[in-house]
Amino acid sequence: MTGILSLTPQGQPTVLAPQPPGGEDLVRYRAHGGYAPAPAPDRLLDRIATAGLRGRGGAGFPAAVKLRTVRDTPGDTVVVANGEEGEPGSVKDRWLLRHRPHLVLDGLRLAAAVTGARRGYVYLADPAAEAAVRRALTERPPGIPVEVVVTEHTYVAGEESAVVRRIDGGPALPTAKPPRPFERGVGGAPTLVANVETLARVALLTSHPGAAAAVATTHLVTIAGPGSEPVLVEAPAGTHLKTLADLCGHGRAPAVLLGGLFGGVHGTGWTDLRLDHDELAAAGGALGCGALHFLAPGDCPVGAAADAAGYLAAQSARQCGVCVSGTRALADTLAAVARGESGEEDTEKLRRWSTQLPGRGACGLLDAAARIAATLLGHFPDRVEDHRHTPCPGCSAAPPRDGDRLVVAVP
Amino acid sequence: MKLLLDSTRCQAYGLCQEPAADLIDIDEWGYAQPIRTVVPEGSEEAAAEAVAVCPNSALRLVK
Repeated sequence: MTGILSLTPQGQPTVLAPQPPGGEDLVRYRAHGGYAPAPAPDRLLDRIATAGLRGRGGAGFPAAVKLRTVRDTPGDTVVVANGEEGEPGSVKDRWLLRHRPHLVLDGLRLAAAVTGARRGYVYLADPAAEAAVRRALTERPPGIPVEVVVTEHTYVAGEESAVVRRIDGGPALPTAKPPRPFERGVGGAPTLVANVETLARVALLTSHPGAAAAVATTHLVTIAGPGSEPVLVEAPAGTHLKTLADLCGHGRAPAVLLGGLFGGVHGTGWTDLRLDHDELAAAGGALGCGALHFLAPGDCPVGAAADAAGYLAAQSARQCGVCVSGTRALADTLAAVARGESGEEDTEKLRRWSTQLPGRGACGLLDAAARIAATLLGHFPDRVEDHRHTPCPGCSAAPPRDGDRLVVAVP
Repeated sequence: MKLLLDSTRCQAYGLCQEPAADLIDIDEWGYAQPIRTVVPEGSEEAAAEAVAVCPNSALRLVK
């Protein structure tokens, strides 16, 4: 059972506020400043920019820049609350939709006010989230029409071009860029595709202007790994990963998978890392959607990398030939390393693929698989080498099996 | 001018490399791997030929 833990300072508004059984209470939400008249669009945009809010879908792009770009693109605009989290180790978006649907819908309303959008969508796959959102839509104050679009739950379904394609009636599969959705999105209109946590924070910082910067720089993260129950945590930016690991029973982890599967596997030195987009990027990783999977003492990072790459290979949308071939080659080779069946040339292949494959698919899945190989070779060159000569007890005890143990249940 | 590859359309025919070897490599699985996106002066014709020769219209030139 996944737990919940708020590390926000006392008195600071939190998105993890406990909700009554049956769902978020509209009366209470309004009493706390929810659905208040929207500030003037320019003022709201300035507030979001000043607070420093960055997108929570994975890329960490400044929210105000994205909002402004959609607003300034000619034509009718569309806003989308993107609640389809494809990362197996992340639960925050589904938790928010299930438990704080009004907070998310309020954020969508405010995003529409900033961009001038006259229609909106909530895009999701989780049935419990769908029920909560549909109920909240019947309760909310009158506003722009908002439609719920249900998709399948896959790794790539939440990628923004896949979101647009699905809403337009197609499959939830990424398309080549350009154009990006802000240029040409739903029905050809400039479209804001915003992660539901981003929208929740827009709503919260609007109703609590005095705490705007704190709200904008606080993160929902999902902490998981063998030996302890997973935890959905709300923590301020800059929190040490070691602090999070200690609190969640992973203080002795030899390595961590960062950013869901997007930030690679990190070993020695992970304890110095902090919850910060730029800091993790500088360390060769990525915060991504904030999912952290810690390894247990005795777990093998090679096996974990093979597991993660296997998951990604299985989740390839099979649209891009280079992704089908590249992820399969990475996963098969990493699995061979884990089994002790690799040679020197395989390490060279992994090294070459990890630099030649990023950026070549229509979405980031291939990049994620390449980064897993790159970070494994960067952090654990000796462990990779050792597998060629000595059977690995960790990999023998728990052979890679396509990543099913990376999946976390929504609390 | 930019030469853009839609990797969802590339079927590894490999025909694009012949007219534009300074712009496109072929990887070990046969898929096109752009060497550079911005087409250098003098290579515009080669880029246009690469676009034209792809049976699946995976390449396009944009200003």
